[in-house]
Order: sequence, then structure tokens, then C-alpha cells
Amino acid sequence: MERRDFLARSSGATAVAIAVSVGLPAHAQTAAVNAPGWNKAAFDGKSLADVAKAMGATSAPVESKDLVLRAPEIAENGNVVRVGALSNIAGTTQIAFVVEKNPSALAASFDIIAGTDANVETNIKMGQSSNVYALVKAGDKYYYAVKEVKVTLGGCGG
Amino acid sequence: MKKYLVTALVGFAAVVLGSSVLAQKTTAEGIAEYRAMLADGNPAELYEAKGEGLWKQARGPKNASLDKCDLGKGAGVVKGAFVELPRYFADTQRVQDLESRLLTCMEQLQGFNAAEIAKTRFGDGEQKTMESLVAYISGESRDMAFNLPQKHTQEKLMYEVGKKVFYLRGGPMDFSCASCHGEDNKRIRLQDLPNLTKQPGASTGFGSWPAYRVSAGDLWSMQRRLNDCYRQQRFPYPGYASDVTIALGVYMGVNSKGGVSTAPALKR
Amino acid sequence: MSDPMRIRAQAQGDKTTVRVLVSHEMESGQRRDAAGKTVPAWFIQSISATWNGKPVMSAQWGTAVSKNPYMQFSFKGGKAGDKIAVTWVDNRGDKRTDEAVVA
Repeated sequence: MERRDFLARSSGATAVAIAVSVGLPAHAQTAAVNAPGWNKAAFDGKSLADVAKAMGATSAPVESKDLVLRAPEIAENGNVVRVGALSNIAGTTQIAFVVEKNPSALAASFDIIAGTDANVETNIKMGQSSNVYALVKAGDKYYYAVKEVKVTLGGCGG
Repeated sequence: MKKYLVTALVGFAAVVLGSSVLAQKTTAEGIAEYRAMLADGNPAELYEAKGEGLWKQARGPKNASLDKCDLGKGAGVVKGAFVELPRYFADTQRVQDLESRLLTCMEQLQGFNAAEIAKTRFGDGEQKTMESLVAYISGESRDMAFNLPQKHTQEKLMYEVGKKVFYLRGGPMDFSCASCHGEDNKRIRLQDLPNLTKQPGASTGFGSWPAYRVSAGDLWSMQRRLNDCYRQQRFPYPGYASDVTIALGVYMGVNSKGGVSTAPALKR
Repeated sequence: MSDPMRIRAQAQGDKTTVRVLVSHEMESGQRRDAAGKTVPAWFIQSISATWNGKPVMSAQWGTAVSKNPYMQFSFKGGKAGDKIAVTWVDNRGDKRTDEAVVA
């Protein structure tokens, strides 16, 4: 609770001042700090293969009909595209969404804890029309489903 | 001017028809599916929650909340107020829309400077507060039918003014509101253009603002939407909460009678 | 300071579905501001949820998750009155937890 208030009150120059007074180096407060456990290698991946490898795959993911990817055929705007994945593959422990043509191909990766359904949804950004993949880790095997999503750039009306 | 729209539509149609032969859905169906998928989880809900807090919070130089603000149905009554605006207010002796009325309340009850807020850029300062307030207030009339009063002379006058403004052509492209919104079955690129001169188009259009605009990543109030309409027409925006914009609201709102409000909605 | 998340949790039959709307800019680091300068990346990197204190979901997000992010997941069990807590951590080290009651 106190930490959140401290962070909330600190901003910009004040943060640096407080940080320095507390003994932290001045640059620490404003530099990006990766969250613990965040898989930077996976988020640096430029393709499905890169992402799968960074997630632990030792061979190429295999397409699976037991993995259902929900995505629209056409997105009115690439800022918000609803995607969902339902994995009927036994032992699913991770579901990730990968957008082939995005600068950072991996959009999100969900851990499926025992008791939680292998069925997740989220909104992702797409820079352009691209293949969208649901990538699943089940045991030590990797599977995918793919759909092409066309992205139009907003419009004039509405 | 009309040729411009037709050429654009023909050009677009050529592209769509070319690809639709192979596509399983028509483009219109595809867009409808895209919108349906997004319907649950509209970020506008975040603004609604924030707006409720701001309505109740003591703010401004007078350190007062807005809970005595009269939006037309009595002091502090929010439910159902949105679908009866714009309307005439006895205390200010003018017809006011939601944002104009909020300016009045923010000034009189809270001590803010209404003129300053009107001059502030959309999304900045108290305009940010306005975004949340309109989301909250419109949300409290969700699924209710439009029923703007047309009893007072000024209300009737403003309807006629709004109609005139709606059809007024101007600017370098000679556009009026009617250029896009005056007929049935018009489309610009991927967006269907509702005919705002009558039902069902009127409430489809008028009842879907405020809306979270995905392309902007922000909630847009009706005034902000009107600002964008004028920008698209290359015509100067008549001013935040000005009588001209209020009159347009009366015209569209009265035309929406019986139609249901879906605000705050989700837009491209 | 961040705004509260909107968490809706519905128990139906043998499972509970949770929908979360988060208030966050999710700046990708690709955008340029009006002056032409690149706006630095600012986004939620990890998000997790507990049900009556027990972890039920965790995820890692990148810059391609939309602004004002949405997510939905479901788990076995749960009944009205149970507590759901969602916590996120972003790349600035900011953190937030919000709670909701299952309906």
C-alpha cells in the first residue's frame, strides 16, 4: 500500500530528487525496469519460430485442429483486435498470441495453471494485415493455429 | 462534391468486389463481426466508472460535488437525463446540451471557469474530466429511448435552427452534414453512414456518442465528434458547446425520438 | 497514479469467468509525438489474478497488447462472494492491485 502511494506521488523531476535522497542513482527511477520473470527473448522474437524457441521449443510448432483461434477476418482498426484461443490439447500450460508482421511478434502469453481453463481472450494491436497465431505449449510440445486478419486503417466515418 | 463520394465508393467497391469473390464473408459482415467481438469489454466502461467518481467528488475552487447539478430531470438526477438532452433550462434561459449544461454546473456549483474549459483542448485538463462525466451520464441512460422535450418555444426554434445548420453547405468542399448523413444507404470507406434526418438512422448515430474511439484510444464526447465532423468537412468548428452545436443536437435528438441510446459506445 | 481496473467475475455452473478491463496507456514505443520524438514504451509486462488468494492466472504482455487492455479467462469452481484480485506490473516498475467479488 505504501509503496504504491510512494510511486503514485513520485513523478518526473520529483522522483529523481526523492530517488537521490533515498540513495538510489538518479537514472534508476526513470529507466525502464522489466518486471520479474518477463521473457524478454520471447518478446524480442520476430517470428513464430523465434517466439516458440524463446519459450523453450526445440523443434518447429505443429499445426493442431484441437486449438481454436478466434479472430476477426477484418479489423476496422489495428489498434484493437479481439483474439481468443481455446486449447483442447491435453496438458496445455501456455497460450500465446503471435502477430507475424508486428515489430514485436509476441503480443501476450498466458500461463494456464491447473484448474484454469485453456481459454483466454484479449485485445491486441496489429500494425498491418498479418497472420495471427495462437501458440500453445503442452508438456514439452508446441502447437499452433493460424488465421489471416486483414487490417484497415480506421476510416473516415463513424 | 457528390461525384467525389461516388468516385470514392466506386473505387472502393472495385477493390472489395475483387477480393470478396474469394472471401467467405462480405466486408460489411466482417466489420460487423469485428465490432461484435469487441462489444464486451468496451474501454468506455473505465471512463464511466471514473465519471461516477468525479460527479460525486468535491472539486474546484468551491470544493463542491456535482450532485446538485440539474441535467433536466431535477437536481442530481442522472438516470434518464441523457435521452432528454438538449432541452430548455429555466435558470439559464437557454437550450443546452449535456456538455453545455455540465459547463454551467461546473462553474456555478464548483467554481470552475466555463469559458476556460471551453477553450481547453479536447483531452486536456478539465476536458479530460468532461470525457469521464459524459461517459458516466450517458451510460445511465443506456438502452433508454430518446424523448427530447419540444414544448418550449426555444426548443422548437432550436430544432429549426439545427435543421438549417444541418443542411448548410460551406467550406472548400461545399459539404454540409447532409452530404454524409442526409440519405439512406450511404457509406464512406468501411463505415456505414447513418441517415440522421429520421429514424432509425438518427438514434443509430446520435445515440452512439459519446463513444470510445479505438483509433484515438480515447473516449470522445458528442462535441468532440462534431469537432471532427467539421474538420472532415474542412469547415471551422463552431466552438465548444456553442448554440450552433446545441441546435444540431436538438435536431438529431428530436429526430431520434423512440430510438434507443447505446452510449457510451465503441467506434473505429 | 493509475485508475482502477474494472473486474467482473461471474460464477456459472461449475466455473467462474473473469473479465478485466485495465486502465493503462500501453505505449508501444513506436509512436512519435507532435514534436517528432518517439514516445517511450510504457506497458504492462505481467498481470496475474488470484481467487480467494490462490493464483488462477498469470500472463506476460508485450507492447502489442491494446491500450486500456482487456482480458478474459475462466477457472473451475468459484461461487458468489468469493474474492478475485488482479495485479499488474509495468515496465516502469509501477504496480497495481484491484479486487472484486464474484457475482
